[in-house]
Amino acid sequence: MAPDGTSKTPPEAPGKGLLRFLTCGSVDDGKSTLIGRLLYDSKLILEDQLVALARDSRKHGTTGDDIDLALLVDGLEAEREQGITIDVAYRFFSTPKRSFIVADTPGHEQYTRNMATGASGSEAAVILVDARKGVLTQTRRHSYICSLLGIRHVVLAVNKIDLVDFSPERFHHIVGDYFGFAQALGFESITSIPVSARFGDNVTSRSERLRWYEGPTLLEYLETVDADHELAARPFRFPVQWVNRPNLDFRGYSGTVASGSVTLGDRLVVAASGRESALVRIVTADGDLRSAQAGDAVTLVLADELDVARGDLLARTDARPEVVDQFAAHVLWMAEEPMLPGRSYLMRIGTRYVPARVTSLKHKIDVNTLEHIAAKTLALNEIGLCNLGSATPVAFDPYAENRETGAFILIDRFNNATAGAGMITFGLRRATNVHLQSLSINREARVRRNGHRPAILWFTGLSGSGKSTIANLVEKELHSHGVHTYLLDGDNVRHGLNRDLGFTDADRVENIRRVGEVARLFVDAGLIVLCSFISPFRAERRMVRELVGEGEFVEIFVDTPIEECVRRDPKGLYARAQAGKIKNFTGIDSPYEVPEQAELVISTHDLSAEEAARRVLCELRARQIIG
Amino acid sequence: MLSRHLQRLEAESIEIMREVAAEFANPVMLYSIGKDSGVMLHMALKAFYPSKPPFPLLHIDTGWKFRDMIRHRDMIAERYGVRLLVYTNPEGLARGINPITSGSQLHTQVMKTEALKQALDKWGFDAAFGGARRDEEKSRAKERIFSFRSKGHVWDPRNQRPELWRLYNTRIGKGETIRVFPLSNWTELDVWQYTQAEDIPVVPLYFAAPRPVVLRDGLLIVRDDERLPLEPGERTQMRTVRFRSLGCYPLSAAVESTAATLEEIVAEMFAARTSERSGRVIDADEAASMEKKKREGYF
Repeated sequence: MAPDGTSKTPPEAPGKGLLRFLTCGSVDDGKSTLIGRLLYDSKLILEDQLVALARDSRKHGTTGDDIDLALLVDGLEAEREQGITIDVAYRFFSTPKRSFIVADTPGHEQYTRNMATGASGSEAAVILVDARKGVLTQTRRHSYICSLLGIRHVVLAVNKIDLVDFSPERFHHIVGDYFGFAQALGFESITSIPVSARFGDNVTSRSERLRWYEGPTLLEYLETVDADHELAARPFRFPVQWVNRPNLDFRGYSGTVASGSVTLGDRLVVAASGRESALVRIVTADGDLRSAQAGDAVTLVLADELDVARGDLLARTDARPEVVDQFAAHVLWMAEEPMLPGRSYLMRIGTRYVPARVTSLKHKIDVNTLEHIAAKTLALNEIGLCNLGSATPVAFDPYAENRETGAFILIDRFNNATAGAGMITFGLRRATNVHLQSLSINREARVRRNGHRPAILWFTGLSGSGKSTIANLVEKELHSHGVHTYLLDGDNVRHGLNRDLGFTDADRVENIRRVGEVARLFVDAGLIVLCSFISPFRAERRMVRELVGEGEFVEIFVDTPIEECVRRDPKGLYARAQAGKIKNFTGIDSPYEVPEQAELVISTHDLSAEEAARRVLCELRARQIIG
Repeated sequence: MLSRHLQRLEAESIEIMREVAAEFANPVMLYSIGKDSGVMLHMALKAFYPSKPPFPLLHIDTGWKFRDMIRHRDMIAERYGVRLLVYTNPEGLARGINPITSGSQLHTQVMKTEALKQALDKWGFDAAFGGARRDEEKSRAKERIFSFRSKGHVWDPRNQRPELWRLYNTRIGKGETIRVFPLSNWTELDVWQYTQAEDIPVVPLYFAAPRPVVLRDGLLIVRDDERLPLEPGERTQMRTVRFRSLGCYPLSAAVESTAATLEEIVAEMFAARTSERSGRVIDADEAASMEKKKREGYF
């Protein structure tokens, strides 16, 4: 295995640079086999890997006595056993003309999020179609996701052409079919190639059996396709990753230039705050630079001491990003639990994390017809156009103009799963200078006048746990102390403000969101507002908590065991739910998520309602909400 | 001067390291002394300049590393002034677990995988950098750059977090950790070309030299000390060999080679017809071996 003794000079650096592409399409259209073929024909399968491949093919192969090239990329045990691709695999190969990173993505709808993972880093897509089956739903779904993610060049690889006798009619029929769909997707180029991944026709070498086809082979195409995504030509954007402060004499902002370029002396602005300064140094471990371009990892030093932190976006003053707290975006949902408008998620955009919620779902998209469909939620793998609101303004560019600053992910705040991927289409409201009007009568003035601080007392617990009884007692007691109060509960809210809402999960979320907003207004007005709602989901309780200031939300968990609630059943609801006459009843066929960080837990099992109310008042005194 | 390709890879790795430093309470960099660790450490020193890397190095010492590796490790820690933690599984040591009589599987399980988990727990690290690359092995080709581990350091390859763009999800709950792979998109050739271009010190075992070798099961095992017993009929012979991948010495096979400089190693790469892990005894233990070890917590 040693070389022939003399040292060889490495080949010329590839002229076209690196190409990142993905293979996608429906199950069994031959994606993994195609990549296996590319690697095999490029002589990139090493001897020990070939031995392992032959062994695996005998054990798991689907190609009779031949080696099964798909097993080169299906690296997980479960994948080899089931003969499917579950997760994206990254493979590396190079030819004298170019180096490649290829993402082999799964075809099953179930694993769409893994396909999107592969597509988000790619510059071109090879979409496979089985010549016998033609264009399928997954072909369309993947094509649509590729276009949403901004991939501009696609190859339609009509695979298994050997199984339709290399028929040009069949090929042209499929191509026509595909163009009919894909025209609306706005790809810059679509190149159609008939191939047989299993036998190698038109993959790396021209096929004798497909003489009627005059276009490039797949590899020829990949070696020449233009992958320049023009990030260098976009306006300068620099998300601050890390504040570099080794000592009092140095303060730099480390990060990677997302787009454009910057030169010493340029005037820079912190997008969100609007503060400006001049760039005085571009520091790297290899010495200072005069300028930096998209993709460079550098540390910037400004002339003035500005308040800049991780999450800030630096731009040149002559080309600023938008700064908004309301925007429209396409969202691909990737969690088992559906997306619920109103629920608070953690949004990551650039280097910034900010709480955000979908304020409305305008429509979801049928991937087969691209039609807009009215919907209340997005389920796993669905795509919709949403309006979103963030807790504080964020700086961005529309995704179509800049992939780096227009993309975001949504994170489930309870299990930290990556739940959604978003691409901003446009901002809805300029937040710049829309700082809330400062009214002359402010919170402090109201606190002084009232003699107590405002707060939300949030009573949560099962139906029949005693929430309302306790809340009523607390309100009476507070009133007698001259405290301004108001009580919100299901009875006075469901009949008016929220009479359009039912008891589905989506409606429950909206119910609590509206209650939270009303409660916030009361807090603003200086009141102590008591809210008594089952509010079974942690996410919604946290959402309300975040509407008000630190210490203004007091969560009181009225902890009564379900057996006891069923026994009490003051309104006869449990009996009806158990008889199946009420659907989605908390504790029966809908879950209750126990609070993890309630300010106060009241176990009514060994406490009277009066004693419980007294404990609430003690808690409010301890928190200096009342005197 | 780095090629554009290497510049791009370096910038991507630096971005990943800064991300970890900014988001995690207590990160650590696994340092296995090999060429990938060398590249990773070199980039960490560049990433935070003029600051020092805001995390220590951790070496899991099985007690069976080549003596040259340990010398190199201590030299590097001193030269760069980085904090180096060394950990050995005390129970494994007490039980006398070793790669020869315990077998490679048990040895790896106890002295590497378990030891690593113990060390992460002992110091409460919430993120750990590893030098693994996707081109090394097919289950590694499936791994995310920010790879989530549930309590007990378990990897669930069938249910990984989607990882779109470079918007890494760095959020974890109590007791959960993240393994981070800054070299995910590097190939073995990239590593050597970068090592050469940046003049990064590497363990001398990577360079060809005459060494005492035992031929066992078709593999060339270098006898680093007397603890490796010779089986009947075996004898050591001097061969000019080098290593492509370094681990515990009885489990790492050498290759015959005359490449004695970085330049010659790079040239050899272009002609290579076997993969670098072909000399790793532990990979051949069973099919899907790497995935199994990774699920249990191996890097």
